[in-house]
Amino acid sequence: MSQTIPQQPIEYNMKVVRQFTVMTIIWGIVGMSVGVLIAAQLVWPELNFNTPWLTYSRLRPLHTNAVIFAFGTSALFATSYYVVQKTCRVSLFSDKLAAFTFWGWQAVIVAAVITLPMGLTSTKEYAELEWPIDILITVVWVAYLIVFFGTLAIRKTSHIYVANWFYGGFIIVIAMLHIVNSFAIPVSFTKSYSIYSGAVDAMVQWWYGHNAVGFLLTAGFLGMMYYFVPKQAERPVYSYRLSVVHFWALISLYIWAGPHHLHYTALPDWTQSVGMVMSVILFVPSWGGMINGIMTLSGAWHKLRTDPILRFLIVSLSFYGMSTFEGPMMAIKSVNALSHYTDWTVGHVHSGALGWVAMITIGSMYYLVPRLFNQKEIHSIKLVNVHFWLHTIGVVFYIVSMWISGVMQGLMWRATNSDGTLTYSFVESVQASYPFWTGRFIGGVFIVIGMLLMAYNCYQTIRAGRRETAAGNVVQTA
Amino acid sequence: MDYGTWRGVFSLIILAIFIAIVAWAFSRRTKKQFDDAANSIFEDESSIDNSDKPESKKDE
Repeated sequence: MSQTIPQQPIEYNMKVVRQFTVMTIIWGIVGMSVGVLIAAQLVWPELNFNTPWLTYSRLRPLHTNAVIFAFGTSALFATSYYVVQKTCRVSLFSDKLAAFTFWGWQAVIVAAVITLPMGLTSTKEYAELEWPIDILITVVWVAYLIVFFGTLAIRKTSHIYVANWFYGGFIIVIAMLHIVNSFAIPVSFTKSYSIYSGAVDAMVQWWYGHNAVGFLLTAGFLGMMYYFVPKQAERPVYSYRLSVVHFWALISLYIWAGPHHLHYTALPDWTQSVGMVMSVILFVPSWGGMINGIMTLSGAWHKLRTDPILRFLIVSLSFYGMSTFEGPMMAIKSVNALSHYTDWTVGHVHSGALGWVAMITIGSMYYLVPRLFNQKEIHSIKLVNVHFWLHTIGVVFYIVSMWISGVMQGLMWRATNSDGTLTYSFVESVQASYPFWTGRFIGGVFIVIGMLLMAYNCYQTIRAGRRETAAGNVVQTA
Repeated sequence: MDYGTWRGVFSLIILAIFIAIVAWAFSRRTKKQFDDAANSIFEDESSIDNSDKPESKKDE
């Protein structure tokens, strides 16, 4: 190996990493708060204040866009820029383009925050933004691709560390998905129609939708896992060789799983079956990766007792394992016949989003913030611990509520009397769901309180860092 | 070769590629390289993150 340790410190571009890190926390609070509001609206409908902009139908896409594309994707920008520089021992390929990705991406998010409550939507789930914003996303994403792969091209190390493979896969596939799914004919500046129609439209949409889960919310965050888990545990990943197999198996399988979103629809039966089978197989690489992450701690389990940041990272992997077991199971047609369109799906998504994505992000942010702002440690480890428990309890509350209401809804909807008529009307199933929707709301409140603690903790860390920098006192951090 | 047969052949090709990747990843020859790679993230301890000037940091 020709990896040389540099004589002088490398001048990394940490400015853009800092910007994305701070925005990750801010957008996290915004996106999750909107989630709590719409959860409350399901229990207390008058909370839309009879204002069109505040109705559930308009705020729900705002919530999903804010948590996936503002919170999650900002975290991916921050960590990928950090990891690619650190592992390639070189500064970013282009500082100007990197700055453009930051401001461009924030512009996309602000545009979403304005247009979605106005009711401007393409109606494609997780791709609601109208065509002018779609074009801006494409431009920003191509810039991101150039910065990331450009940095890999000018690297000072011979090997490309596995985290970068996952980040790279995520960036390429998201470009492909976004462009193909967003093809549309504009009829005015704010309205367009998809060029696809019927079952093809549905299949393209869920090819996009499920791979947004597979590549943005999974591969990207696995990149995070392969860097921050070993770093925080201070041990190399359990098996680097497994990580190589993990990468190729995961990216070659995920792309086929989309049809499980369209079981028992107009989609051809064989396509549904392919989607089901590929989803079930996906369990194997998913668990390979999870085991690889968790076993990194083997021989150092005691660290979990004292280090809440590591606990965030490892528990996120447990949730990842849980949801990647649940997912393949729900993709089986007969299970899907019960679970589809119920709260079970919502619970599954949130065990992935709040358990896996949010927890690995939060752990990584607690790792990054002190290092980025000239501090050795986060302001208060105690508060990190409080955050950990608030978040964990919140997630468990949320997903258990959704499991119960989901299974209950599925059973109520399929129940028939002996003469073949339905036992329950739809409204009866809504009424029966209220206690569980309240449970979800409470879980969400726990999570948002935790995020506010995180913001305070990081703010104090950044402030202390600024003070020390002003005093000319630069800490050497790794 | 008709479409159905080709799909069968394609599955076999993919299976062969997968086995090749596993064999390569777990071969003795690549062990040292991968062990080094796994440890490479700990070699950067001498560098600093906080590299730009304090006055340029009033972002966000």
